[in-house]
Amino acid sequence: MAKEYETVIGLEVHVELATKTKIFCGCSTAFGGAPNTHTCPVCTGMPGSLPVLNKKVLEYAVAVGLATNCDITRYSKFDRKNYFYPDNPQNYQISQLYLPICRNGHVDIDTAGGKKQIRIHEIHMEEDAGKLIHDEWNDTSLVDYNRSGVPLIEIVSEPDMRSADEVIAYLEKLRMTIQYLGASDCKLNEGSMRADVNLSVREVGSQKLGTRTEMKNINSFKAIQHAIEGERQRQIEELEEGREVIQETRRWDDNKESSRPMRSKEDAQDYRYFPDPDLTPIVISDEFLAKIKSQEPEMQDAKIARYQKEFDLPEYDAQIITSVKKMADFFEDTVALGANPKKVSNWLMGETMRLQKEKGMDQDQIPFSPENLASLIALTEDGSINSSVAKEVFEQVFADDVDPKQYVEEHGLKSMNDEGALRGIVEEKIAANPKAVEDYRGGKKKAIGAIVGQVMKETKGKADPGTVNKLIKEILG
Amino acid sequence: MANVISDETMEYVGILAKLELTGEEKENARKDLEKMLDYVDKLNELDVSGVEPMSHIFPVNNVFREDEVTNGDGSKDTMANAPAQKDNQFIVPKTIG
Repeated sequence: MAKEYETVIGLEVHVELATKTKIFCGCSTAFGGAPNTHTCPVCTGMPGSLPVLNKKVLEYAVAVGLATNCDITRYSKFDRKNYFYPDNPQNYQISQLYLPICRNGHVDIDTAGGKKQIRIHEIHMEEDAGKLIHDEWNDTSLVDYNRSGVPLIEIVSEPDMRSADEVIAYLEKLRMTIQYLGASDCKLNEGSMRADVNLSVREVGSQKLGTRTEMKNINSFKAIQHAIEGERQRQIEELEEGREVIQETRRWDDNKESSRPMRSKEDAQDYRYFPDPDLTPIVISDEFLAKIKSQEPEMQDAKIARYQKEFDLPEYDAQIITSVKKMADFFEDTVALGANPKKVSNWLMGETMRLQKEKGMDQDQIPFSPENLASLIALTEDGSINSSVAKEVFEQVFADDVDPKQYVEEHGLKSMNDEGALRGIVEEKIAANPKAVEDYRGGKKKAIGAIVGQVMKETKGKADPGTVNKLIKEILG
Repeated sequence: MANVISDETMEYVGILAKLELTGEEKENARKDLEKMLDYVDKLNELDVSGVEPMSHIFPVNNVFREDEVTNGDGSKDTMANAPAQKDNQFIVPKTIG
């Protein structure tokens, strides 16, 4: 009989913090600088340089810890993790081993079987490494230290996940929480959120953990799904064929859809951690904690509840709008200008998301102002423009953030709902369509559609269809 | 002289430290390391229960800086240390993560 296996997964998630400067020096963290322009003696590990902690890094780390129900370590410090690698100019990475800033947290995720708690072992602060580019032509590697010293937090979960779906739900939860805190934009594809997956398999019912492997280099939810399924299968095959799973780090190759060994895992003692003597310990006061707590913004769950209660928005709308913090902020700003909440939600979930997708933009890229969306909604509500014209105007608002009122006037798009002006055109089209009139009088009520269509065409879409319908029926008796 | 460091350990420590030692250097290093371990054994005789591990030698905490860019383009000084360079980057032996 075939054995049944259970997958046991823990995650190490690295998140790049949204600070202006690096963790221990005043170099910029901005993307896209020419190689090595954002460097100084501190982030290139020059002897005698003195690292000093960026206060914002500590504030973000504590904010994430509080939002994920962690205990904040009141006396925390940095340690040196020693290893030789060209992307690490100091020959050690400054990290936290002994007294990480946050411990013993958890987040709740939604699974097919209901709510599930995923425990967080710890969150620590550390610095990123430089970037290595392989020079194919000369068979050498090139190093750019602009990323060296960029602040990261590493969120280490307990091995509480059992499937790819749970892993993705956990990552989504972290991403949403951290985005709401403003601590990072958490973009997997751009590397500001990176997940290392620790995975082992064991027979169902066994309490003992199997030997785990660690997979790095997974940069999309789809890749995570594939990597987990692939590695589970690989480990089961090893066991079924009587071999052992070797503890090692494997690199996931999304193009080949397989993982290969990267290096056998060093033991923690090989890193020869010791306290960094250049950095002073961190003592967290009650005041500091209270301040960070008071700055915590309204999180997604609270917003979903409030949008339903305060704005009478359907739960579905509230969930979609709040799934991107910038979208939620934009929604609230537009509603604050007096726009109808459901209408704002419709424009965001409909045309805005459609155009973002069409143009390959992220959902946090909203290229127009709340003022102009509010103004467009006002024009539709007072009958100044009809819905098809509104869509046309919206495309311009999306493309160039135009002022809808001005645009409508300049292009003569105002609705013709003046019955006097429309009556002449309607009479003309009735006279030109005796067949439709005959059918209508014969009981085919839909036949007047042809006349409405011709009036719309004549007025270049500006006539109000309701008014046109009403006039036709009135004239035909 | 209770501690004896094996050849394997000496080899392994050498790899971690990226040091290639001659036979004589290795023997000297082995003696030094053994003495250090003996000294640690001596320290271990002390009763330190209830003593917090020291994490810093000065009684100074919470030295922070504000999140403001204070450094400009440092590439000229940084690259001045490069034994070999290309397009403002350090050339190193082929390294694949």
